[in-house]
Amino acid sequence: MNIKVWFRSIGHWFEDRTGLGAIVAVPMEHRVPRSTASWAYVFGSATLILFVLQIATGICLALVYIPSPDQAFESLEYLNYQAALGWYLRAVHFWGSNAMVLVMTLHMIQVFLWGAHKHPRELTWVAGVLLFLCTLGMAFTGQIMRWDQDAYWGLGLGASIAARVPFAGPELVHVMLGGPIVASRTLSRFFTLHVFVVPGLLIGLVGLHLWLVLRLGINEWPMPGRLVDRETYRKRYEAEVEKDGVRFFPDAARKDMVGMGVVVLAVLVCAAIFGPNGPNGVPNPTIIDTAPKPDFFFLALYALLALVPPRMEEVILLIGPVVAIGLLLALPFLAGTGEKHWRRRPVAVLGVILIVLTVVTLAALGLIVPWSPVMDAWSGLPTPTRFVKGRTPLELQGALVLQNKQCRNCHALGGEGGQRGPALDDVATRLTQDQLIRQVLQGGGNMPAYGKNLTPAEVNALVAFLKTLRPENQLPARTAMEAGTPGR
Amino acid sequence: MCTGHDTAPPSSSSRRGFLFTLGLALNVVAASLVGIPVIGYILGPVRLRSAQAWISLGPLQSFPEGQTRLATYENPFRVAWDGATANIPCWVRRIDSQRFQVFAINCAHLGCPVRWFAQSRLFMCPCHGGVYYEDGSRASGPPPRGLFEYEYRIQEGQLWVRGGQIPTLSEPA
Repeated sequence: MNIKVWFRSIGHWFEDRTGLGAIVAVPMEHRVPRSTASWAYVFGSATLILFVLQIATGICLALVYIPSPDQAFESLEYLNYQAALGWYLRAVHFWGSNAMVLVMTLHMIQVFLWGAHKHPRELTWVAGVLLFLCTLGMAFTGQIMRWDQDAYWGLGLGASIAARVPFAGPELVHVMLGGPIVASRTLSRFFTLHVFVVPGLLIGLVGLHLWLVLRLGINEWPMPGRLVDRETYRKRYEAEVEKDGVRFFPDAARKDMVGMGVVVLAVLVCAAIFGPNGPNGVPNPTIIDTAPKPDFFFLALYALLALVPPRMEEVILLIGPVVAIGLLLALPFLAGTGEKHWRRRPVAVLGVILIVLTVVTLAALGLIVPWSPVMDAWSGLPTPTRFVKGRTPLELQGALVLQNKQCRNCHALGGEGGQRGPALDDVATRLTQDQLIRQVLQGGGNMPAYGKNLTPAEVNALVAFLKTLRPENQLPARTAMEAGTPGR
Repeated sequence: MCTGHDTAPPSSSSRRGFLFTLGLALNVVAASLVGIPVIGYILGPVRLRSAQAWISLGPLQSFPEGQTRLATYENPFRVAWDGATANIPCWVRRIDSQRFQVFAINCAHLGCPVRWFAQSRLFMCPCHGGVYYEDGSRASGPPPRGLFEYEYRIQEGQLWVRGGQIPTLSEPA
């Protein structure tokens, strides 16, 4: 008996006793429209395989990780440097999470542009939105697992947001942190969410999502002008499958398999080349020399919080998410019929472009953080020579005041320094002496008042220096009373 | 199988109906006996007022007059496995021999750690650029108010504060 026959007979034996093959064959070989065997349709299965990858690597990490504030950081360091291949599994888990959020977003954009959320797949979309939210929940709680400075202060940030909820603010903070302050119970809570609660929800929702895909069919490739009608859609879909359907596996799934392989390999390559992320900085709150920043999923939100006008902050923080999630959930019920093809849905296309551009722009700003003072600019940056050359002793004294009083933490000079306030390279072309004095003493326009913190002599020197800050051949600022005299 | 009996809703007068109701009732009781403690356990940390305690920041001599210094207190409700997380920093400003201001480290905007710059007498926040004057009042940036201040008192030559909770807009220190 050769080996092939032998294997086949074992297979037959198992099939005879369990009957599982016949059950699995039904969903695997169900017929789908030929048009769904497309490269545009690979993102869903790619997200699924990334989820499986996250579960596998997550279980491995849990073998070593200790969810306790006094040892979490050390156990991650142990994984990074001592446990065999610990660094690699951490890296795969990290890059896998990045890829999962990214690929899931692509999947969401694709199904939206292809009109897959429309009748009768409303619930498939709703389950998908919940999966997206749970995945973001995994991203946030996962970032806390790193238990480094970013995680510690990120929790403070979360608590500050939760505290703004009307009526139940303090209670929410306590439930979230597991007590009045970020401590051991906080990490335990987030560990439980990250490892038990949210993954459980995800598995359940993935099951529902897949079941709905099976029951309602994969969205056919839309044609401009072929409208979705509640009365006729299902009949037409069944007719299309009848006439020109293929088996899901292997006919339609071939490209999915390639897609799955490519994303997983991409994650593995990134993991091998770039390695794991952090932990960055011991989670000791008394080390305050830190500028906490979220992982990239939340950079856009982080940037938004710096840029919205303070009086709108509450509204955007508390009502914004409710409206956004509500709109996403309501979408298939608001726009569940009609045109499916993106070419005939300009509002949908523009909406996607707008949202993507907004999020990417905000995230990019979140990387540069132009609104944050550069905390060590005053002590660490040189004063460019062109700003001190040929200056009088008084003006040089002013240059020192500018440096010593941390002005450059917010104001750039020669392209270096903070960007919170305007660059000072040409300040003398914008403000007259009196205006400079007023601005320094009283502040205003987002600048603190320095009246109490500078002696008159220091103000005098500082303004004398600032008056020299203008490009050659440009007139200094002047009031309407004065005539402009070039070179003055 | 007798389908007529299985599909009809059990009537409460019959023996079957009684068993069904009994089964349902037992499980409802069991579910609430499990559910109520679980919810109580999860919501346990909500107890609000007991969240603070007096704790010493050290002898008065360690805070020179006219200066603002970083001090640390240990979370009064710490547990053995809190590690370094139990050490909470705060800024102590000594105005004169008897008058102090003790500021929470957390920015009033979103809780990032603010830093003191003695030269310009300002607190600056690294996250979104909030700035405060030396008395804790808001100078610029997104914070909706000044720095959070701890209640303090002087006893036996030591500076005490009431701490132990993360200060937020709805629950200032």
